[in-house]
Amino acid sequence: MLELRGISKQLEAFSLENISFSVEKGDYFVILGESGAGKSVILELIAGMEKVDSGFIYLNSKNITHQAIQKRGISMVFQDFSIFPHFTVAENIGYALKAGLFSKAEIKQRVLKLAEEMEISNILLRKPKTLSGGELQRVALARALAAEPQLLLLDEPLAAIDVRLQDQLRALLRKLNRKGITIIHVTHDFEEAISLANQIAVIHDGKLICRGTPDVIFQAPNHPFLARFAGIRNFFKATLVYETDTNIATVRLGSGIKINLASDVASGDGYFILPSDEIIITNDQPHSSASNTLKGEIYDIIPSFKGIDIMVNCGEMFHITITKPSKEKLGLEIGKTIWISWKAMNGRFI
Amino acid sequence: MQMNNSFKLLIIFLGGLLLLFIIAPLGGMFISTTAPDLFITIKDVEVTKSIRLTLFASLAATLFMAIGAIPLAYLLARKNFFFKKLVLGIVDLPIVIPHSAAGIALLGFLSRDSILGKAASSVGLNFVGNPLGIVAAMAFVSVPFLINAARDGFLSVPVRLEKTAMSLGASQARVFFTISIPLAGRNIVSGMVMMFARGLSEFGAIVIIAYHPMVTPVLIFERFGSYGLHYAQPVAVTFILITLLFFILLRYISGGKKNA
Repeated sequence: MLELRGISKQLEAFSLENISFSVEKGDYFVILGESGAGKSVILELIAGMEKVDSGFIYLNSKNITHQAIQKRGISMVFQDFSIFPHFTVAENIGYALKAGLFSKAEIKQRVLKLAEEMEISNILLRKPKTLSGGELQRVALARALAAEPQLLLLDEPLAAIDVRLQDQLRALLRKLNRKGITIIHVTHDFEEAISLANQIAVIHDGKLICRGTPDVIFQAPNHPFLARFAGIRNFFKATLVYETDTNIATVRLGSGIKINLASDVASGDGYFILPSDEIIITNDQPHSSASNTLKGEIYDIIPSFKGIDIMVNCGEMFHITITKPSKEKLGLEIGKTIWISWKAMNGRFI
Repeated sequence: MQMNNSFKLLIIFLGGLLLLFIIAPLGGMFISTTAPDLFITIKDVEVTKSIRLTLFASLAATLFMAIGAIPLAYLLARKNFFFKKLVLGIVDLPIVIPHSAAGIALLGFLSRDSILGKAASSVGLNFVGNPLGIVAAMAFVSVPFLINAARDGFLSVPVRLEKTAMSLGASQARVFFTISIPLAGRNIVSGMVMMFARGLSEFGAIVIIAYHPMVTPVLIFERFGSYGLHYAQPVAVTFILITLLFFILLRYISGGKKNA
């Protein structure tokens, strides 16, 4: 339905480079990336609010790269909602139904129907400055849908919404998508992406680093940035050498550390992943079945949602998640020298 | 911010002195004008005629110039172009040049010998010694106030709102009239009030291009030159009162749009 081919755009703070992806009709397509990665600019380029430096945008096989905003049939909802402050809610929703094309009665009927769908029928005569973030968001959605767009673009739609209302709005967005509306949604929130998308594209430093279904992207992250998003912090660029005699692979990290890994992956360059809750900390050198043992110094101790994150510098920085009682029992503190160990089967090379 | 007492007193003293400098001459003039003087002046046909002319000419200048000033202000707020700084400088030019010099320049431009003057007189229009000349002089010296205020107004309208309106299918003209102008409306009206007020007080340029028919500032000067201070003061007081009344009224009307 929508296809971006080699889109580039130079802006003051950053640039988008050679962005290509396609969105099928009915997709809920999420563009995930950190703030300032260029995600919102991609939406503005699709909507025609910014001009591309190079590349092409096709909508239903028609080249719309240089088409006027008004002619594209694409509606966009901004993070700040951009509700017209001098109009009432009803006037905002009806803005797209410009006089001349519809009778007053038709406009009223359409506005009422959209308001009902968005559950904002009770605020139609109010001015925007009296509305909450959640209400403004629904008004923005109703107004965007009134134009009956082929494609709906949402720029961080949940970022300015009270946390307790986010679930309701997510449900609303899913409902809209189920009705057949194709949505491209930009967010920096990994959970938001997982909960809504059937397709995800990840943008980092102005480049599209991967795209696919949420399962594929987060179960086998292929980039440190993506691994961080997926909550994996022990993610190292590495080289694997596979010994066919022993069926054991040796992974060499950038710092020279060698790691044993139970893997049948062929030799080559890639990334070594180690879940932070699979690592064991001991005060003395362990004598166990774990074939990987490293000595290091505690660099930082950070309370986290799951327990305590211990950062240990062993030449590479490892993250280990333990419980609070374990930390107390081992007497861990910053600067202390300790040992970390894990089994060869706990790591993964991709 | 905490201020110590002596510094606070110094600020109040200096500020008070400045206010006194504005109030004292005006207050003195009001006090020395008696009610009978004022009553006679209000009944003076020459005075009422000149006040009417002044108000009408300034209003006409403001409304006529708004047709070009508002689009120009929008252009200056929204577009970047090669000579933008030069254009901004040109817009402010009438404020910085002496108004008598502006009058001379306008006279050269609009006199019966000039191309424009000849073209105008061929269709029966004359600027020199005519209310049209007064309107032109007022418009010339006061239009920067409207352009600058409207430009500030357009700058305060988020571009995103305009782009959102366009993405909803609105043409640029519809966006301009339904989004940009209403949202910059307070600044535009405020600029028009300022332009109108500045037009009312113009003397230097008008006295050169159209001494007659006399606008009130010229009449005040005439009365002072011919009869002295005592005869000029009641006219000045009457004019100030009427312009103040207009000013308050217009501010009230434009203030009423605050909630828009």
